[in-house]
Amino acid sequence: MKVPGVASIARTAALVLLAAFLIWPQRFAPLFVPLTQYGAPPIYDQGNLLTLALAQLGTVCCAALASTVVAVALGILVTRPSGAQFLPLSRTLVNIGQTFPPVAVLAVAVPLVGFGLKPTLIALFAYGLLPIFENTLVGLKTCPPAVLEAASGMGMSARQRLLSVELPLAMPLILEGIRVSLVISVGTATIGSTVAAKGLGEVIIAGLLSNNTAFILQGALVTGLMAVLLYDALTGLERRVCRTVRID
Amino acid sequence: MITIENLTKRYGTTTVVDGVSMHIPRNSLTVIVGTSGSGKSTLLRMVNRLVEPTSGRVLLDGNDTRAEPAHLLRRRIGYAIQGHGLFPHHTVAENIATVPRLMGWDAARIGARVTELLKAFALDPATFAGQFPHQLSGGQQQRVGVARALAAEPQLLLMDEPFGALDPIIRAKAQDDLLDIRRRFGTTIVLVTHDMDEAFRLGDHVAVMSGGRMLQYGPPAELLTRPADPLVSRMTGLADRAMRLLSLSTAGEAALPGTVDGPAVAASASLRDVLSELVWRGVDAACVTDADGTARGHLTVAAILAHGRP
Ligand SMILES: Nc1ncnc2c1ncn2[C@@H]1O[C@H](COP(=O)(O)OP(=O)(O)O)[C@@H](O)[C@H]1O
Ligand SMILES: [Mg+2]
Repeated sequence: MKVPGVASIARTAALVLLAAFLIWPQRFAPLFVPLTQYGAPPIYDQGNLLTLALAQLGTVCCAALASTVVAVALGILVTRPSGAQFLPLSRTLVNIGQTFPPVAVLAVAVPLVGFGLKPTLIALFAYGLLPIFENTLVGLKTCPPAVLEAASGMGMSARQRLLSVELPLAMPLILEGIRVSLVISVGTATIGSTVAAKGLGEVIIAGLLSNNTAFILQGALVTGLMAVLLYDALTGLERRVCRTVRID
Repeated sequence: MITIENLTKRYGTTTVVDGVSMHIPRNSLTVIVGTSGSGKSTLLRMVNRLVEPTSGRVLLDGNDTRAEPAHLLRRRIGYAIQGHGLFPHHTVAENIATVPRLMGWDAARIGARVTELLKAFALDPATFAGQFPHQLSGGQQQRVGVARALAAEPQLLLMDEPFGALDPIIRAKAQDDLLDIRRRFGTTIVLVTHDMDEAFRLGDHVAVMSGGRMLQYGPPAELLTRPADPLVSRMTGLADRAMRLLSLSTAGEAALPGTVDGPAVAASASLRDVLSELVWRGVDAACVTDADGTARGHLTVAAILAHGRP
């Protein structure tokens, strides 16, 4: 039996802490009391923290899924001989998605699609494209030429080569892109609360409005822990994929 | 088996392969040799249509290779390249099974073929089948690359500098293995190399290329005795052409009737090796014996030397 390392102890501790706090927030009240003034509630009481955290996670995952599908598809398209001409255009579009601040995207999207979840999904989707697209591109472009030549030389069709050689070899990098995108997204998603999407931003905003540092800290800590744990889980997945790919 | 008719490839205004015609007979081992950049790979890759010719055509058993989709054509032609190009995310067995899978063989037949090939290449199936390419030595990777190319029992095997990445001792072994494999599976082989020694060692036909043109195509001895172009003799080497010629005949072929007192040499040894042996021992005749030890005749230094000139 292997002795668990520091990393896995820390991981388990963070997970247990997060779960405990979301399920029994009131148990942690004494910790937050020093941060409150004039007898304000130490724990967010205008909604269920677990529900809000899950809603935020759901929003982030939906947006990341959409970013992944679009960015990977675009990455595949522009690395085919027939799609190479679209590379500059795709790069520009994806870069705009990243440079345009999500708050500005919200401001533009709300008049078009209304308040709530939709504008938040749009902002996160646009913001998350770049890392996945760039990594897909690098992954596909750095497949060893001899391996690609062999694949074609063996008689694989373009599609068979893509699915059974190029994508598996690019997978570690694609996963890394998804990880970066997802982690940025978890943090960014809190701004969705400004347009009435359900999420932990609500807790932070409530704290700001009522000058309650305990609320602000709770919203930020839960968001931060979720980001760290997601990052960690995806790193583990990547390592498992890497073990069989490109270790040479 | 392969008829190449006036094959030309241009990239923009540069002509990379320039009007090459040749006929490659079944069961031959043809080596295309030339300096780097002379168009050898491009010529080879036009046979399996990894490169589409600008003009001219390739016939395989009389049929134009353009008659079927390129990827289907390639499944019938083995292809092995320098640096092997093994799939790093597939095991040795999966790599070898690539083409049979593409052709839809059933699992039992694939398994049997993979085992047969691993054994033929002296790779113990129990040890190697489940390993990944990065766990193998360079020589083993190269053997798996050739095994993969032969997996679907192709009639024709194309090899592009297959031994280029190997160090000399392993390369010599790989060359012997190739001659063995060829005897065993009866595959027609076309091999590209820039190494003239390799060309003479392996080829029963040698094609010399330079600047996209085929300077000469014929049996190796002919390149030495009747070079079609001064460049051919420059490339085959003037200084050791006599020794090269001697290395192309065996003691068995050159043996004179009758036996003499002298060391025994194998009928399969090259005249070059026999001469070396005689010089080393300081004698001037040797007995030629078959593999089972029976005498087949004799050789003298003078008789050997006569074979070293046109
Ligand atoms: N796709 C290509 N585009 C342009 N030039 C090429 C291409 N492929 C090969 N060449 C050129 O054709 C020449 C012959 O190449 P190649 O057939 O690979 O030579 P060899 O295998 O004899 O070294 C080289 O000068 C090379 O630069
Ligand atoms: Mg070449």
